[in-house]
Amino acid sequence: MIEFDQIQKSFQVGGRAIPALHPTSMTIETGEVFGIVGHSGAGKSTLVRLINLLERPSGGRILIDGEDVTGYDAGELRAFRRKVGMIFQHFNLLSSKTVTDNIAFPMKLAGIYSAAEIHARVEELLARVGLTDHARKYPSQLSGGQKQRVGIARALACRPTILLCDEATSALDPQTTQSVLRLLGDINRELGLTIVLITHEMDVVRRVCDRVAVMDAGEVVEMGSVTDVFLHPKHPTTRDFVFESEHIDQKEMQQDLGRAQGRILRLTFRGESTYKPLLGRVARESGVDFSILSGRIDHIKETPYGQLTLSLIGGDLDLAMTALETADVHVEVVR
Amino acid sequence: MEDLLTNVDWTEIGWASWDTLVMVGLSLLFSVLIGLPIGVLLFLTGKRQLLEQPMAYAVLSFVVNILRSVPFIILLIVMIPVTVMIIGTSLGVAGAIPPLVAGGAPFFARLVETALREVDRGIIEATQAMGASVRQIITGALLPEALPGIIAGITVTAITLVSYAAMSGVVGGGGLGDLAIRFGYQRFQTDVMVITVALLVIFVQLLQMAGDRLVLYFSRR
Repeated sequence: MIEFDQIQKSFQVGGRAIPALHPTSMTIETGEVFGIVGHSGAGKSTLVRLINLLERPSGGRILIDGEDVTGYDAGELRAFRRKVGMIFQHFNLLSSKTVTDNIAFPMKLAGIYSAAEIHARVEELLARVGLTDHARKYPSQLSGGQKQRVGIARALACRPTILLCDEATSALDPQTTQSVLRLLGDINRELGLTIVLITHEMDVVRRVCDRVAVMDAGEVVEMGSVTDVFLHPKHPTTRDFVFESEHIDQKEMQQDLGRAQGRILRLTFRGESTYKPLLGRVARESGVDFSILSGRIDHIKETPYGQLTLSLIGGDLDLAMTALETADVHVEVVR
Repeated sequence: MEDLLTNVDWTEIGWASWDTLVMVGLSLLFSVLIGLPIGVLLFLTGKRQLLEQPMAYAVLSFVVNILRSVPFIILLIVMIPVTVMIIGTSLGVAGAIPPLVAGGAPFFARLVETALREVDRGIIEATQAMGASVRQIITGALLPEALPGIIAGITVTAITLVSYAAMSGVVGGGGLGDLAIRFGYQRFQTDVMVITVALLVIFVQLLQMAGDRLVLYFSRR
């Protein structure tokens, strides 16, 4: 469990303290995949670097499994960092070392593993990330996705309990992003590893995260389960991120809605209700006519969801809304 | 051919070449041994680096700059008392080595600092995140990653030392430069001058080629 207790960070620029992170308190549970979304400069990079103290906080405490890590001395800090793996946007592999040596590097630095242990662990990790055939290559001979797999294997070498991902898929193409995210999901499930992932893409959050915090200008502006935040964003920044990930142009949408007649509802289906043939039945029973203005069916992690924007004319509107709500559909009146 | 090179004593040339090799070799060795740690310190104490120390950096940088801004011919003379103290004489091959190192080490230190700055900051950060100590970051990540740049720096330093070593002939340093001055210049033996210069050119070319090959071999980018 990672607890931020009134943690804050400011940087000294020309004698003035510029706040990068306003006092923030939150808790990341053990074993969850926690996403932090924000534009560049929102403070998410600072927040994640505070966890392994690559950045020293200007105030507040960070408790890892109940222990304040901000007071660690140099030796304790090094031992602690071994238990926190980290992967990076630009991979940060050592170009002078082979794939094998890159993965072995943190174990060698730790100085507590025998050569045989290191060898066995590297073999195991290479197989885990599917790079056994590339063991003797240098990073420059690998593709972006392969480099990030080496990065993941390296981060896992010392069997950490926390994995920090700093924009880990931002330099990758969509297909590679998907396979790297799948790998992260597998690792989280199989090893029970806590993953803290920062990104500027809501889509990444939707695919792997359990909970998410949205950051804007050094503050966490919204936090909750990914389904709640994604399906019912409240803060304007969150809305921007969600709409952006769904390729929705907010202006266009407003115009479309302006042209529609009658009542406009946004229906959100979650889980099993996504697949139920509901709309026709409700329309028959309540006598309303509907037309679909926009719609989408997708998954949040493994949970299917659907979101439909409808305009409704005539019939018994209240009856229709009650019928939808009893069928576990979240109904939101847009107009 | 015999007529053209009447004044050339090949045994003398041979010995002088050997002396130059020894001077460059030994002074390069000491320049690297002294310059490398100074270069690493310059890098580490620099702005926004691991051991940022503005005062230490300013002092170190000042000393390096002083040694680098004194023309080598002056450094040769200024160093004479120091050389006598260390070696016992300021003459010959041995006497040339302290001033050569005094010129070569700060030069090489700057090249090391530059090479280290070329290393991606992300790699340092990643190594730090693995729980590495500063010493481990230097030996495990910084130096291996900067190796091609450092080898290129050694090559440039070696070539500079060849020309410095030739200059040391002026104060009785021995080697090809000494030969060129005593015979080629003071006795107007142009043929000796031409041969020594030709040998120096070949020497420099060989150094550059060897250096380039090593850089290529160690570059994995």
